[in-house]
Amino acid sequence: MKKEEVPQDKGLLDSAQTKELTYAVDENGEYTTELSSGWDPKTIALSNAIKDIEERVALAKKRVENKETSPIEYYMELHKMDLPILSSYVGLWQWRVKRHFKPKNFQKLNQKTLEKYADVFDISIEELKHIP
Amino acid sequence: MQIEFTHKQSAHCENGVVSNLMRHNGFDISEPMVFGIGSGLLFCYIPFLKVNHAPVVTYRAMPGFIFNRFAKRVGIKIKREKFSNPESAKARLDENLNKNNPVGLQVGVYNLLYFPDEYRFHFNAHNLVVYGKDGDNYLISDPVMEQVTTLTEKQLEKVRFAKGAFAPKGHIYYPTSFPEKLELESAIIKGIEQTCREMTAPFPIVGANGVKTIAKLIRKWPKKKGAKVANHYLGQIVRMQEEIGTGGGGFRYIYAAFLQEASQVIGNDKLKELSKEMTQIGDNWRDFAVNASRIYKNRSAQDDAYNKVADELEAIGNSEAAFFKKLKKAI
Repeated sequence: MKKEEVPQDKGLLDSAQTKELTYAVDENGEYTTELSSGWDPKTIALSNAIKDIEERVALAKKRVENKETSPIEYYMELHKMDLPILSSYVGLWQWRVKRHFKPKNFQKLNQKTLEKYADVFDISIEELKHIP
Repeated sequence: MQIEFTHKQSAHCENGVVSNLMRHNGFDISEPMVFGIGSGLLFCYIPFLKVNHAPVVTYRAMPGFIFNRFAKRVGIKIKREKFSNPESAKARLDENLNKNNPVGLQVGVYNLLYFPDEYRFHFNAHNLVVYGKDGDNYLISDPVMEQVTTLTEKQLEKVRFAKGAFAPKGHIYYPTSFPEKLELESAIIKGIEQTCREMTAPFPIVGANGVKTIAKLIRKWPKKKGAKVANHYLGQIVRMQEEIGTGGGGFRYIYAAFLQEASQVIGNDKLKELSKEMTQIGDNWRDFAVNASRIYKNRSAQDDAYNKVADELEAIGNSEAAFFKKLKKAI
């Protein structure tokens, strides 16, 4: 990539007031670095990934409302987590976390376990029980 | 307290931390040098693992390997420590800062508040330098950021004890002893040799063969997974290739910069020629990203389009296989 070809598309780093460093070749064929504000092919990929997460969150919300799953799954999706990540944050086996997705089992959870989940999601137990 | 520390932005976090810590200790080592000597370049498909609900490929060596290999090859010693509780992790950090010793930390990105929201995923192999403390605020030099920044005690503890794959467990590291002169020449050769060995390894998931394996998988995705999932997978591959930290083209440009610098250090003109070739391969990776993005932008899943990008990848795999054979002969 030549230095003048380093893409300067609108990216998602703007909000942090930073640009990223890329390596490129100058007019003498020597390697140098140049800042890039963004590049469409990857900005689109990232935006799609975020849309994907938003869809997952919306779906989880609907399933909570239909009593098909517990709010834990909704908050897991909201925090961009999956089962292995959530299980390591709460310090419980994956199969136990999965059990807690079932509304019936969620109702029976004791205060201590609820608190563990609430802490991980940085919310109160009340918020954990009733999703917005 | 604040340690006199020069923040220099880099493309990749681990190289950047090493390069900045080395410079702080009086050794001017560029980011590409750290990357090349530490055999950072790689391609590997990791089967059975999913991150962000998609298959994982990596364009570089495992976290921590680059610095370890670099240290061993140039003859410096590093100290690494992990902790089971946050208090002792914090105590060790403060102790080093009091001794005027800036340190590298491994952290998780999800709670790194100075990153834009869009970039905050559960990725635990990010690296930064702490170079002082001002009241409750730690002074942070994050190599991928243009400017230095700060994190409160609580914020830093959260990212040092992020959970999930590659959990940092408060991982702290810093160089402890240096030789009088760095053994650059032999280190460069060792670094290149290992990269050649890995990139031409006779396993289907590693190196040039790994690239070809991914090409084969891409052909199958639209039929097997449907348009939506196939597009998501393809987007993830481009992200891992181009997202912040790679310097563009899945680290291939950084590696080309390394070859160019190395050709001067060891006085080998062939490396300079090969650097140009590596740049071309990097350009091919960029073209692949552009064509892949056309697919997931339009959310289509036509077999032809997938076959076309797969063909491109296969060609890249072939040229990398040929390239690293040549590189091995050149040194």
